[in-house]
Amino acid sequence: MENKNLITVSCTPHMRSKITVNKIMLDVIISLVPAAIMGIYFFGFGAIKVILLSVISAVFFEYVFQKATKRDVTINDLSAVVTGLLLAYNLPSTAPFWMPIVGSFVAIILAKQLFGGIGQNFINPALAGRAFLLASYPAEMTNWVAPGWGVDAVTTPTPLAALKQGVDLVSASGNVISATPGKEDIINALTGNIGGCIGETCAIALLIGGLYLIYKKVINIKMPLIYIVTVFILTGILGRETGRFPLYEILTGGVMLGAFFMITDYTTSPMTPKGQIIFALGCGIITSLIRIYGSYPEGVSYSILIMNLFVPIIDRYTKPVIIGEARK
Amino acid sequence: MRLFSSERGVHPPDGKHFTANKKIETIMPKVGQLLYFPTSQHAGTPTEPIVAVGDYVKVGQKICDSDAKITSPVFSSVSGVVKAIKPVLLPAGNLSNAVIIENDGKFEKSEEIGKPYDYTKMTKEEIVDVIKKMGIVGLGGAGFPTYAKINPPADKKIDYYIVNGAECEPYLTTDDRMMIEHSDSLIRGILIFQKMYPDAKALIGIEDNKPTAIEVMRKAAEGYDKIEVVPVKTMYPQGGDKQLLRTLTGRTFPITNPPSRTPDTGCIVNNVVTIMAIDKALNEGEPFLKRVITVTGDAVKNPGNYEVCLGTTYQDLIDAIGGFKAEPKKFIAGGPMMGFSMYTLDVATIKTSSGLICLTEAECENPKESNCIRCGKCTEHCPLNLAPYALNQYALRGDAESFVANNGMFCIECGTCSYTCPSKRQLTQSISAMKRTESAKRKRR
Repeated sequence: MENKNLITVSCTPHMRSKITVNKIMLDVIISLVPAAIMGIYFFGFGAIKVILLSVISAVFFEYVFQKATKRDVTINDLSAVVTGLLLAYNLPSTAPFWMPIVGSFVAIILAKQLFGGIGQNFINPALAGRAFLLASYPAEMTNWVAPGWGVDAVTTPTPLAALKQGVDLVSASGNVISATPGKEDIINALTGNIGGCIGETCAIALLIGGLYLIYKKVINIKMPLIYIVTVFILTGILGRETGRFPLYEILTGGVMLGAFFMITDYTTSPMTPKGQIIFALGCGIITSLIRIYGSYPEGVSYSILIMNLFVPIIDRYTKPVIIGEARK
Repeated sequence: MRLFSSERGVHPPDGKHFTANKKIETIMPKVGQLLYFPTSQHAGTPTEPIVAVGDYVKVGQKICDSDAKITSPVFSSVSGVVKAIKPVLLPAGNLSNAVIIENDGKFEKSEEIGKPYDYTKMTKEEIVDVIKKMGIVGLGGAGFPTYAKINPPADKKIDYYIVNGAECEPYLTTDDRMMIEHSDSLIRGILIFQKMYPDAKALIGIEDNKPTAIEVMRKAAEGYDKIEVVPVKTMYPQGGDKQLLRTLTGRTFPITNPPSRTPDTGCIVNNVVTIMAIDKALNEGEPFLKRVITVTGDAVKNPGNYEVCLGTTYQDLIDAIGGFKAEPKKFIAGGPMMGFSMYTLDVATIKTSSGLICLTEAECENPKESNCIRCGKCTEHCPLNLAPYALNQYALRGDAESFVANNGMFCIECGTCSYTCPSKRQLTQSISAMKRTESAKRKRR
């Protein structure tokens, strides 16, 4: 019985905002572009390869899983693209071709889809993928190369490795990675002219992306700011054996990437305003502690993964108080 | 200019420009037209018809009444013969018994109306009694009988009279036009209230997207030191009574069990059109017979503000103003945020009808729900600072205990959470449904 003149009836409200999940994800992708450009500029073809493999496999796994389990295919919401990009940004440009694929599998299938897809995962999928790869293939995951388009990649230590060991390290080509960074090292960290993962080295590109997200109201400045300031203050107070370099600490080792793109992930951060403060603070504290007392040189990804696990309990104890209740 | 703002809410596209400059036109029912007077046009106990089929009734004659505590009588807006008494559809989609009168076109006035009262010589109780007798209810949309609202227990000290001219619902321009064209009536109505509560200062809250109304009301309020026009920031739901009260006085509405009422904060809130009806009731002796309805939407040929005799069906109203210019796909009685979606226009206009929005297919949004991405926008914008995402979960899984414990019953169903949700989840829908189920359960107990 087809009647084209039927009147639409629906529940209130009859107006909806123009914001959609798809538009939010598109904004996140746009904001990640500067970091991709800088990553490719510094690390060359390897970076392109890792980014493409990671994104394509992430979307592919999401599509295949949803088809296989007879669910609605949601790759159009672009969240898999974001996960793929973030995973790639957390890998070295030297990663063999299978690594981004394995990482995407862990991120999309194990961390995201098995828990119900978008919005249901309890840990950040991209970081779960990275953590899995780091634990399983530590050698490949820490095969850093110095920036440059050279055919023969030059292996190099990362700035934080030098800080961690407390001695100046020397790259294969003879460049000194200082354990007591000066002005020049800080400028290198700002522009991304240092060794590290594809998307984490250029602090300026990440800042531009982050500011774009704040301008578009996709994220609130609160969480990134609290996180960065906490790391700055704690590393500044605690310091390393060779000295205190808080500014250098927040520019290296993925703090910017984590601050603007990882801890602000809607799904794996608290929903309540108060909870978000606790979460960002916790991430900052754990990052600083891992860096200074732990055996890993950086600590951003583990701090976020650890705090992800606390999100349900944070949400539970920071439930918003209804306006007027305080007077009871 | 004082610009107050409450920090929560949303900014839907307001669509008021279609009708904001259209003068109010009166639409009189045709000879032989049937008018429908439902017995339930207010929040409270429905009334009972006091006329019988075949009776001749006059304009202003009381046709339904009740002895219940919270109720409001219904009057005929035309003269003619009672054709039938049977259940009809209300805008909200439920049925109500109704008196159906055929208009004879003579508009013969009842002897009961047209006798002004000298309120300056009346006591507070006598004024309240007239307001009750004249069938005045909250005309902003809720329809709570006004006499009950303005007569709180004697121990409540009332120091503010909040005059609600915010009209935060998009598309509607009824209150706006009424203030511009009948500012004197509003002031007279406020003076009646101030006779009852001499200490109360009247604050007229108007959203700053209505500069003409603000200017006109300022001029009208000149010389009255206890009436102040306060522009407020345009934001939905600024015009909720508790929201406007908080914006204007900084007072917070206490959340208590049993629920408190606005007089607990020392304020009484009335919609501007309600206050004009109070003026008409006392100064002209006329019960509530006519009201202004904004007819708008992209399907309507001649959008505008029309004064109709209550009881006119929406269909007759649309026919009288030139019908549609495009095929309508959706009818909304009221505003787009809180109004009722109707499947037919054969529904009578009642006291609380403030708007009719007819939308074409292009404007009917029916987005698909997707997973909650936990962005927190719903709780960020909720005017009550509730957690709609959590209430939605409790409602969907039928967890009444958690729903109540998290203050779900205090939700004002403004629709802000559903509006702002990027996953297009029907938060308001499930929360309202849970509220209904739970209140029904409580009534049974």
